[in-house]
Amino acid sequence: MISVVEPSPFGARRPEAAVAGSRGLRVLELRKLVVDYRVSGKRVRAVDGIDLEIRQGEILGLAGESGCGKSTVANAVMQILRPPARITGGSILFQDEDVTAMSTDRLRRYRWNDVSMVFQSAMNALNPVMRVEDQFLDMMRAHRRVSKREALARAGDLLELVGIEQRRLRAYPHELSGGMRQRVIIAMALALQPELVILDEPTTALDVVVQREILQQVQEIQRQLGFSVLFITHDLSLLLEVADRISIMYAGEIVESATAEQLAKQPRHPYTQGLLESFPPLHGELTRLTGIPGSPPDLSNPPAGCRFHPRCPYCDPANAGLFARQTTERPLLELVEPGHEVACHLVSGGGA
Amino acid sequence: MSSTVEVRGLAKRFAIGGLRGRAYVHAVDDVSFELRPGTVTALVGESGSGKTTVARLIARLHEASEGQVLFQEGDVLRTKSRRRLLRYRAQVQMIFQDPFGSLNPVKTIRHHIERPLRIHRIVPGAQVEERVHELLRTVGLVPPEDIAAKYPHELSGGQRQRVAIARALAVEPKVVLADEPTSMLDVSIRIGILNLMIKLKEERQIAFLYVTHDLASARYIADEMMVMYAGQIVERGPVEQVLAEPLHPYTQLLLAAAPDPAKRIGDDPIEPSKGVAAAAVDPTDGCRFAARCPIAVGICSQVTPALVEARPGQIARCHVTAPSPDVAAVISS
Repeated sequence: MISVVEPSPFGARRPEAAVAGSRGLRVLELRKLVVDYRVSGKRVRAVDGIDLEIRQGEILGLAGESGCGKSTVANAVMQILRPPARITGGSILFQDEDVTAMSTDRLRRYRWNDVSMVFQSAMNALNPVMRVEDQFLDMMRAHRRVSKREALARAGDLLELVGIEQRRLRAYPHELSGGMRQRVIIAMALALQPELVILDEPTTALDVVVQREILQQVQEIQRQLGFSVLFITHDLSLLLEVADRISIMYAGEIVESATAEQLAKQPRHPYTQGLLESFPPLHGELTRLTGIPGSPPDLSNPPAGCRFHPRCPYCDPANAGLFARQTTERPLLELVEPGHEVACHLVSGGGA
Repeated sequence: MSSTVEVRGLAKRFAIGGLRGRAYVHAVDDVSFELRPGTVTALVGESGSGKTTVARLIARLHEASEGQVLFQEGDVLRTKSRRRLLRYRAQVQMIFQDPFGSLNPVKTIRHHIERPLRIHRIVPGAQVEERVHELLRTVGLVPPEDIAAKYPHELSGGQRQRVAIARALAVEPKVVLADEPTSMLDVSIRIGILNLMIKLKEERQIAFLYVTHDLASARYIADEMMVMYAGQIVERGPVEQVLAEPLHPYTQLLLAAAPDPAKRIGDDPIEPSKGVAAAAVDPTDGCRFAARCPIAVGICSQVTPALVEARPGQIARCHVTAPSPDVAAVISS
């Protein structure tokens, strides 16, 4: 891929992206992605053949519980999986270019220029003995040829974008609050105008008020700059507010994909329904909730058939025909309405 | 209904900084409330608000700087009698946030639950095993024989938190202080723990203090709610009333910031805060929330507001929404 020569190293990369309606170009596509962890001869399949697609300017939410493989997906996209984790099947396409086949040199440009990532508890990712400005300089000059002055000016603009005064460039990380540190990391992730920003539980360690402030800002900036976001979290109630489309992961598989509206109105997979039933409402009628009985499976020995069947309220030996399929046959994602896919035997015929 | 624990004027100051420029964080300042049998009282606030410190002061894990904690025959903060202290500790139990850190990794589950039974001589030695199984069953860990033989690492986070609850219940406490008991658990199993607390409240008439930052879960299990900001209680009242018609601007902010699937982010944006954390460090007169407050008036930065019962049962610390009579006179003039 030949990079376009631009007057400024940080100049607007694709102003057309900010125009409404340009949504549609595919930025990232995962096809049947499989990631295995090999631990002393045992294979743990953390990601088992998932398909995902992120289009330009869209916020895709990926929700699931700890251990469902959602962070492994992010690490695979960034190509930062470390042994014993390895991609053992499928492909990751960034603008139709196979990420798994990239050279070391191409990967260096791909990471941070094309796709950047904000990690869980990223606020601890800052170097405690370096001023914020030096960390910006380090990162920017590793990727672009810029003078110190240009880079600092850019860093100052970025800080203002995320709601921090420019003078804080001189601060050390310990002089900033947790929320401010997280904002600094987000500013860094945006510095090179990537096409895609991966946010992996970006606000989980923060207070609700700070969380909302940061999410408001991210959304505003995203609207301005037009990049795409892969937003990973366990907090489905948050995703329903933030994301355009949401995919629900369970035990290494995607069990449901839909727009946020569809998911909020009519969740089809019993796991999604259970997750939504796990958040007590802040307003309106209060009923006794049930959550989901049991706990997520051990991925080194996942249940046969539908992986959710041991916890599923609709899995009943009395309903012999359906029960046999639920416990032996793996359900595949099927379209139930435009934009809404579900992997569940109840939906694919068999009757609930 | 009579109270089980009554907290009066509780305060805790932590010294920060070196010899020069020493300052004090007023982590807890003039906190008073009651815990009643068969009632869950939620204590909500953001990190650093002092809510965990309140629980730890009641459990006597910190020494209070001021105030009283009245339990049965007197103030437990001043008691010199070891025997009385032991009895207090048996009746006031704490559940911690981290179910991974609060269990000993090299001991079985049986060991964890047996210990309090033996130390406090709850049942005769011959009945210990039976009681261990009974407790495990109460918290939904079945079959108890299998669970008792396991080590903490063999259990999931939710199961470990249930063990911590069973251990707290072993001594038949009257009061349980639960410090964010679900915040480290997966979403799908949080409700199970909350339902267990409701069941224990109803069946055993335990007085719960539920410390959390999650308003929705507070609404789900609590009867009463207290909101803390910078070491002070800024609002208190029946949970439904406080959430439906919050008096204090900070409660309103928390409510606006809480995730709500019914809205889209940016629909109803909250104001970015200007200056926060320092409010509890060597506080001067005035409302500690004034710098962030959208409705502050002149007096707010000069006079510390008192808790005023502005609506029946609902108390707030705000010159504007819950003015004391003399302040109301000043503002209106």
